[in-house]
Amino acid sequence: MSNPVFERIQQDLSENDVVLYMKGTPMFPQCGFSAAVVQILSELGVKFKGIDILVDPSLRDAVKQFTNWPTLPQLYVKGEFVGGCDIVREMYANGELQELLRGKGLLAA
Amino acid sequence: MSVRARMEAKLTAALSPLRLEIEDDSARHAGHGGAPAGGESHFSVRIVAEAFAGKTRVERQRMVYSVLAEELAGPVHALALTAQTPAEAA
Repeated sequence: MSNPVFERIQQDLSENDVVLYMKGTPMFPQCGFSAAVVQILSELGVKFKGIDILVDPSLRDAVKQFTNWPTLPQLYVKGEFVGGCDIVREMYANGELQELLRGKGLLAA
Repeated sequence: MSVRARMEAKLTAALSPLRLEIEDDSARHAGHGGAPAGGESHFSVRIVAEAFAGKTRVERQRMVYSVLAEELAGPVHALALTAQTPAEAA
């Protein structure tokens, strides 16, 4: 845990309730999997910070190490790793994602 | 051995799946940013295995990722994953 970029990740996660590490930006996702998660969050009307890892190769590698997860996108809620695209999609489809966000006060009941 | 065959062999050995489907989706992603030429970069994997019982979604995917660490660090650029127990898949 000596990677200096980890501190930046910790800071992003503590300053933002919902963080999405992704390829591209929420306006212009550069990958279908990132776009899918952006779309779900947008549909729910959840405010989130999208962080584009393509502009910073050191961040890209650090995020994968930090989460111990080899792929992107990666969704964090209140500092906790929720999952990548497959998990977010599945949780959205069965209502678990909405429940999680509601439970954290991030989605109106 | 193709990437797909290698993944199949490793997953079978590590998780003894009841069902394992690996699809090469590379053609659908050809030419997008960071996608290597020649395919075998994007896969969909569906695994049904007893080994997933009692594990969270994140834990299940980590199990698969650790089996395929070498492929993910190399040629495999994206892996869409469904990991279920036999009871869930029934």
